Amino acid sequence: MGPFDYTVLVPSLPFLWTGLQFSVHLTLIAMSGGIVLGTLLALARLSGPKPLSTASAMYVDLMRSIPLVMVILWFFLVIPLIIGKPVGAEYSAIITFTAFEAAYYSEIMRAGIQSVSKGQAMAGYALGMTYGQNMRLVVLPQAFRNMLPVLLTQTIILFQDTSLVYAIGAKDLLKAADIAGKNYNRPVEMYLFSAVIYFVICFSLSALVKRLQKRYAVLR
Amino acid sequence: MAMIEIRDVNKWFGRFHVLVDCTSAVDKGEVVVVCGPSGSGKSTLIKCVNGLEPFQKGEIHVNGISVGTAGTDLPKLRSHVGMVFQHFELFPHMTVIENLTIAQEKVLGRGRDAARDKGLSLLDRVGLTEFADKHPGQLSGGQQQRVAIARALAMDPICMLFDEPTSALDPEMIGEVLAVMQDLARDGMTMMVVTHEMGFARNVAHRVIFMDQGRILEDATKEEFFGTPRSERAQTFLSKILSH
Amino acid sequence: MGYNWHWGIYFDKIKGGEETYLSWLITGFGWTVAISLCSWIIALVLGGLIGTVRTTPRRWAVRLGDAWVELFRNIPLLVQFFLWFFVVPELLPEKLSLWVKQEMPAKEFITATVCLGLFTSARIAEQVRAGILSLPRGQRLAGLAMGFTLPQTYRYVLLPMACRIILPPLTSEFMNVFKNSSVAFAIGVLELTFQARQMQEDSEQGIETYLAVTVLYFICAFVANRMMVWIENRTRVPGYITAAK
Ligand SMILES: Nc1ncnc2c1ncn2[C@@H]1O[C@H](COP(=O)(O)OP(=O)(O)OP(=O)(O)O)[C@@H](O)[C@H]1O
Ligand SMILES: [Mg+2]
Repeated sequence: MGPFDYTVLVPSLPFLWTGLQFSVHLTLIAMSGGIVLGTLLALARLSGPKPLSTASAMYVDLMRSIPLVMVILWFFLVIPLIIGKPVGAEYSAIITFTAFEAAYYSEIMRAGIQSVSKGQAMAGYALGMTYGQNMRLVVLPQAFRNMLPVLLTQTIILFQDTSLVYAIGAKDLLKAADIAGKNYNRPVEMYLFSAVIYFVICFSLSALVKRLQKRYAVLR
Repeated sequence: MAMIEIRDVNKWFGRFHVLVDCTSAVDKGEVVVVCGPSGSGKSTLIKCVNGLEPFQKGEIHVNGISVGTAGTDLPKLRSHVGMVFQHFELFPHMTVIENLTIAQEKVLGRGRDAARDKGLSLLDRVGLTEFADKHPGQLSGGQQQRVAIARALAMDPICMLFDEPTSALDPEMIGEVLAVMQDLARDGMTMMVVTHEMGFARNVAHRVIFMDQGRILEDATKEEFFGTPRSERAQTFLSKILSH
Repeated sequence: MGYNWHWGIYFDKIKGGEETYLSWLITGFGWTVAISLCSWIIALVLGGLIGTVRTTPRRWAVRLGDAWVELFRNIPLLVQFFLWFFVVPELLPEKLSLWVKQEMPAKEFITATVCLGLFTSARIAEQVRAGILSLPRGQRLAGLAMGFTLPQTYRYVLLPMACRIILPPLTSEFMNVFKNSSVAFAIGVLELTFQARQMQEDSEQGIETYLAVTVLYFICAFVANRMMVWIENRTRVPGYITAAK
């Protein structure tokens, strides 16, 4: 194959950029959807009626004990069967990641809700708030705040995990690098380059989270 | 020759000057109590004596061996300087008797049986024979501290360092630990004791060192110290502590 | 959309071959277990070492340990698999490079094991470090004060307690290894996920296929969990309160 040749990187940049955009979109959508869904799951588990609470717990445990790749394959197989027509790998990935990450975010939110002292909820009820008001106005904001660093760390993991859509051929950053590598016959440079991009993004984000954590430690 | 000799010791934590020109000595068989307000550097000074804290200037000799010099075999020196901590620091995963034998075997190279015999006889001395096979977590604070003293004694120390051995204890347990220390003193052990127990100082100590802001302000015999402390700081400190 | 159920599929022969699909699944299970266990051993040894080193007073060693952890933590596992499989052989000296590419036996398996082992070692290093740092500072001083050397202090005082403290997070890490081994399909290791995709395509009985594979992954997770809980119970210290599970 010969010595390294980094000149191939320049013409493939636009292509990689499209891939990276998909990775980021997927991450952001799965994060927002996952946190909302995860919070609902956590609430169902903590204060829902028994069957709902059990169902929520089972869903979370199920998701957390299967490899993500298998979950991706499952959804890619089952979604078309349910809706009756084929879906693209990209749409399938978005649904999968939202559903999968909800399980992990739910565990974080559950810990967050439990980290808010009982007295806070009491105080809310004492002011005449309903369960919904109490959660929305008193408990969840504090839970969210307490867990912000952990939620962000989970999101960094989510961003890394999006590379697994490779299994169903969705065009994210890694897949783009893969294709570009094949087109220019320079896979080594392309894989290395994508690794560098992932590293720079994840390293900077986790450095940011660390700084945030330090600020939090002072505030407590 | 003094057992512990501290000469012009200075220490900084970063830019913070914790110990300022500290000079003192503890003779063989002498019991010296170190007291002073919180943050005055008592713990730091006593940890310098067995090299647990490095210091930047000055000299400390223990039994003639220089502590601060590079090349000193610190583990060997420490193995015959006993130390007792405020929070006991027994090893929680070992039974009481294992706590007493592990260093005898691994550091001094004693045989299993010899180490165990020694450990049991020391447990007897601190009145805890029946706890030999318990774990530290199953003992009360006072009992744990007595085990910690026995653990230090198992190494046949030539002198003992105590860093506030009773300040983490409930009041009703302080007595049992002080009694063990009193016995030790009576048997002629050389002891350097950081404590606020002025009763212990009056009964047992030969000399009292008073520290404030990293300096040794008083270094006097017990009679002199409790008679008329020379520094105002020491007087205020004493009146505060005795009025408790 | 209709789906033709066929639960007997496991015992059918593969297209154009004599084996049954079941034998594919069993092979896959074997490789999954083999990769997971081998990389777990690598991860424990390396992670324990690096995590410990990161708590010593040696500045340069701490830096090196930190760099190790950051490197493996901030690149997606799948990308790491590609790096080990496609990139690393190119960086080797010419002769070795050729040998690795053309002659190394069980190339996929070895690559996957090394990759997953090092990846996991970084995560274990982080936990070991946290475990040691969570011990009271006085424990280290007490060890040293009794005349232990620094290595002896680690050996007899710090590590035994730290190991017990990190057993619960290690348990989930052990379960993670089995899950993460699934990513090795991408470099052609014949493990469970690889077999799942292959059987799905070959038999077109996706649900039956994935169900069997999912159950096999469950079994791995369950056995891994039981093993660790057994160790946890065996090493419990009387009177010592650990964080409730
Ligand atoms: N590792 C360290 N790094 C920085 N500063 C320290 C360190 N250890 C102690 N200090 C500071 O040095 C000063 C002396 O501490 P030291 O523990 O010796 O005080 P002390 O007299 O034993 O107090 P106390 O009665 O509270 O135990 C304190 O101001 C403390 O904050
Ligand atoms: Mg102190």
